Amino acid sequence: MIGLSHYLVVAAILFTIGVFGIFVNRKNIIVILMSIELILLAVNINLVAFSVYLHDVVGQVFAMFVLTVAAAEAAVGLAILVTFFRNRGDIAVDDASVMKG
Amino acid sequence: MTFAANFSLVLPEVILGASALLLLVWGAFHGKVTPLFTGAAVLALLGAAVAAVVGPHGHAFNGVYSADAAATYAKVAIYGFSAVAVVLGDRWLAVRGDQKFEFAVLVILSALGMGVTASAGDLISLYIGVELQSLALYVLAAFRRDDAKSSEAGLKYFVLGALSSGLLLYGASLIYGFAGSTRFADIAAVGATMAHGAHGTGLLFGLVFLLCGLAFKVSAAPFHMWTPDVYEGAPTPVVGFFAAAPKLAAMMMFARVLGDAFPDSVAQWRQILVITSLASVFVGAFAGLAQSNLKRLWAYSSIANVGYALLGVATGGETGLHSMLLFMTLYMVDVTGFFACLQALSRDGRPMETIEDMAGLVKHRPGIAVAMTAFSLSALGMPPFSGFWAKFYVFGAAMGSGDVLLQWAAVLGLVGSVVAAFYYLRLIKAMWFDAPAGAVDKPQPIARAVGFVAAAFSFPVVLVALIWLDPAARAAAAAFGHA
Repeated sequence: MIGLSHYLVVAAILFTIGVFGIFVNRKNIIVILMSIELILLAVNINLVAFSVYLHDVVGQVFAMFVLTVAAAEAAVGLAILVTFFRNRGDIAVDDASVMKG
Repeated sequence: MTFAANFSLVLPEVILGASALLLLVWGAFHGKVTPLFTGAAVLALLGAAVAAVVGPHGHAFNGVYSADAAATYAKVAIYGFSAVAVVLGDRWLAVRGDQKFEFAVLVILSALGMGVTASAGDLISLYIGVELQSLALYVLAAFRRDDAKSSEAGLKYFVLGALSSGLLLYGASLIYGFAGSTRFADIAAVGATMAHGAHGTGLLFGLVFLLCGLAFKVSAAPFHMWTPDVYEGAPTPVVGFFAAAPKLAAMMMFARVLGDAFPDSVAQWRQILVITSLASVFVGAFAGLAQSNLKRLWAYSSIANVGYALLGVATGGETGLHSMLLFMTLYMVDVTGFFACLQALSRDGRPMETIEDMAGLVKHRPGIAVAMTAFSLSALGMPPFSGFWAKFYVFGAAMGSGDVLLQWAAVLGLVGSVVAAFYYLRLIKAMWFDAPAGAVDKPQPIARAVGFVAAAFSFPVVLVALIWLDPAARAAAAAFGHA
């Protein structure tokens, strides 16, 4: 029987993969955008699982909001990425270092 | 409550949302930025601030939105400083022949997001507010899209901001699951009954994630690493905006979440906040010593100052939140004034952004040099400048709390501000005693005027203003915990 804890574990694993994808990844900014989506979707699994477990619809409403915002976030992120690409001609992470730190 | 009554409570946000859309259409059809357009944007922000003051208090939409004294206080400050940012940004872009109508629209949209977070009574409204604010700010950081530094700043801000939103959201999902509700009042009710059971642990786990996300937004150490790069790369008026209104909004989120949803877990979250607060103070103080770029320097200064404000939040209760609100208000004036002065200055058409550029400024621009000296002294906490009173309230609240942890934190915070004094004094020394580095262009009149007004506020107007600000902030702080 698949219970709440299974969903929470899957979500936690996806969340961790997403966070590591941002920090460990040294190659490509597109991969970072994918990692961000992964984090948001892990949260959605959490919300929907809790929503079913609690017999409360608010969690699913929250998940809808998260989906919407995730789409807006991807749009803004890609737009900024395009301006970055126009200035540099490349989107490698290592190039994002005009400013030290 | 009727639908109309709900809308009368959210009137400030309705004004901002409607005017953002109208200005967008206006800009799209008209194309050019005229003084009328900028004036309309400023008017919308000021109108929203007035609506927040005169509007009724209460909880709208089943408690997801609370219009109370705290929200009013924060909104007046946020919308007011956003209006200043619209004017300064417009002038800055005009000098570069790069005026775009999107600037004012983005500032209004981010102010709308900040207003929503300041009024949040529910995790969903908190999240929507945070995202609306952040998405607009990412674009503002990358606003000069032909500039490599600006687009890099936008990209870095976006990646780390999105990560912080993810952390915040993961925490929110855990809190929802273990409390069974997203509403702050319900979460507080659950916390009051089982602070130490299994649900208590789950809730605290969620709270830690939520606090990490908020610490990112407020640029508190150890989540501060984006701040210096974003401040260095983003356009100067945008940096002045970043350092003021969004910081207060994020502090309001801390106060909302901790004061409204987790008032009974104070023993648990106080430790976390004291550690982040001290880490911020020391990172800000020590890392700032090595900086020569003024925007980076003030990024570290803002990290340190956020540390002091967090000490106020950690103290909690009415006195703690009162000191935090006052601290943030006074700091916002300083930082806005400083970046206005920085924006006003240029040499041969190039911005002056390093300490070496400021050498001997007093010979060429004595007024601006005096104003920047006032901001530096204020930020370091020298009496009788406003920064001293800000720290006075925060340390006073921490010392008066009777908690040994907070008292030690206040003592260490004082040590941190002594360390940070070095870099403020270095800037003052460069301006007053070094050999002049060359003639300075004629300053932008509006940016200079904003700088002078802020400097006059820093001393002596602050002494009069506190008579009015102090009870206003106290009434605001008393409003927390009644979600």
